[in-house]
Amino acid sequence: MRVVKLKKNNLKGFLMCTGSWGELWAPIRQNDRYVLDKVKDFSQLDLTALRTTLPFKKFFFPPKFGMFHFNAQNYTNDFSGLPKRMLFGLHPCDIKALLIMDEFFAKEYKDPYYYERRNRSAIIGLSCIPDDKCFCNATNNETVTEGFDLFFTDLGDFFLVWVGSSLGDDLLRECPKLIDTKVGHEDLKRFIQWHKQRSCQFKMDIDLTGMPDIMELSHDSPVWEQEGKKCLSCGACTIVCPTCPCYNVLDEPQFGKIEGERIRRWDSCMFREYSMVAGGHNFREARSERLKLRFVHKLQAFVGKFGKPACTGCGRCIATCPVDIDIYTMVKHLQGEEVRT
Amino acid sequence: MNAALQSRNPYLPEPYRLIRRYPLTDDVHFFQVRAVDMERALSLQYSPGQFMMVSIPGIGEAPFSISSTPSRPGLIEFGIRRVGRITDAIFKLKENHVIGVRGPYGSGFPIEKMKGQNLVIVMGGLGAMPLRSLLQYALDNRDQFGHLALMYGARTPGIMLFRKEFLSLTERDDLQCLLAVEKDDTGKWPCHTGLVTGLFKHLTELDPYQTTVVVCGPPVMYKFVVAEILKLNIPKHQILLSLERRMKCGVGKCGHCIIGGYIYTCLEGPVFSYWDVLHMKGLI
Repeated sequence: MRVVKLKKNNLKGFLMCTGSWGELWAPIRQNDRYVLDKVKDFSQLDLTALRTTLPFKKFFFPPKFGMFHFNAQNYTNDFSGLPKRMLFGLHPCDIKALLIMDEFFAKEYKDPYYYERRNRSAIIGLSCIPDDKCFCNATNNETVTEGFDLFFTDLGDFFLVWVGSSLGDDLLRECPKLIDTKVGHEDLKRFIQWHKQRSCQFKMDIDLTGMPDIMELSHDSPVWEQEGKKCLSCGACTIVCPTCPCYNVLDEPQFGKIEGERIRRWDSCMFREYSMVAGGHNFREARSERLKLRFVHKLQAFVGKFGKPACTGCGRCIATCPVDIDIYTMVKHLQGEEVRT
Repeated sequence: MNAALQSRNPYLPEPYRLIRRYPLTDDVHFFQVRAVDMERALSLQYSPGQFMMVSIPGIGEAPFSISSTPSRPGLIEFGIRRVGRITDAIFKLKENHVIGVRGPYGSGFPIEKMKGQNLVIVMGGLGAMPLRSLLQYALDNRDQFGHLALMYGARTPGIMLFRKEFLSLTERDDLQCLLAVEKDDTGKWPCHTGLVTGLFKHLTELDPYQTTVVVCGPPVMYKFVVAEILKLNIPKHQILLSLERRMKCGVGKCGHCIIGGYIYTCLEGPVFSYWDVLHMKGLI
């Protein structure tokens, strides 16, 4: 992989120079949290920003959008109005989540709504220092080697810039004067030091190995009922989860007309109606059943299908669930029960 | 699936014309549709057990089992119960109306594996829809199957779906057609009375290893019918069930039909074996 250097005080220059490619969006501080917003002023950029409330999936799979137009005779779609965007500040867990979504939306039937947006986006990653909710070390997502156009590793007064794609290379060629192509031994030493420092920041004590078998053995565990009683079915965990793709579909006609849009909207397997069929039969009436679905999907079934859990270790569910039912607490509960004899 | 279809937006319905409709019972009607594009209508390939998504603009979209057979190409048939918003709108359609349909979706019955075997079809309620497709397919290709039996149980003759069609099949000598009603309120019912499980004692004795049994009906029916089938020593992977789930996309994305954590009913089902049911948990 091609690696170059960019001085930190040249970041603004780089973003201005490449800004013609598309709208710049990045994590921006809003009170005590970070949200993904369009950058209006470079002073808004915060290189220490950690997890955003909503993950980057919202760009490729918006919370609510029109799939196509309908009238009494026809169904027609139009992708021409979608903007080109440069997304800045994705951490390794965010990029791994996109790789999982890429695979999901491509398999069997390729989803044009996801890919039309994905193909109009440039991905610029940024290194991070984990906080007390991060556990990407346990999901093997500490570093990324693919899934980005450029990746910036913050080494103090400069970035190591990893070039991950042809587009990334083109972006750098827009501003050759800002780039230092000589990466030497001193830089390598700085990188190793940074990497060591970062690795010892992880505070979560969680081990996901063996989870598929533990889940299989826990099918009738009382943990589901116990946690199900606490769950509020609010769906916040699925909304903030970067690998949750479920959605609902509904028609929104204009008032008094057979004309309008078919809408896709985020749905949640925590909602009561999620598995309810016409006539009222509900295949997952109990909250414990819905919780089980979510965790079996993330930690067992997905591993069988894709060889890795559908969890990147981003910590969003830990930061969000109002009653502390998250990957960390559930894994602890389930492992605790299996250990007990 | 051919390349042109794959590259097409899989969510966009195609225009289909409602050719004919008539009631099967008070709340279940029969709908015959055909792709407006004649070439598409004749080239449409599907297998018994597959389903399609039917769209009513401004109301929405829902999945329906195909109840016609691919051995009679051109027309697609659905039997639909009026049960909610979308089916209400479908019931208001008149013949010649153009609606949106996409599909077929799902895996359907493993016809190639079933060929050469005896085939026993057990249906109840709306389970008649996907299984009528399989029954007609087997009758149209009668020489490719061994003993062929149909068992259908309904509460009364009046709510038996395809009653006339199935009664006429009792005259065929290449099909063992066993029909039962729980209560004969007409006094003129010519076949069995009792539950569908009571029909098993009339079934011709078959080599269990050479027999596939297919079941579809309301969830409550499975437990009792499967118990009867197991008594016949049919291997669990040769007992096939067609399951119902909520579906919003049909193409393995929206998540509602998921079972066992990562089985999308719309892709890998709706046909599953009884072994799958035991193995994957949460199917019935």
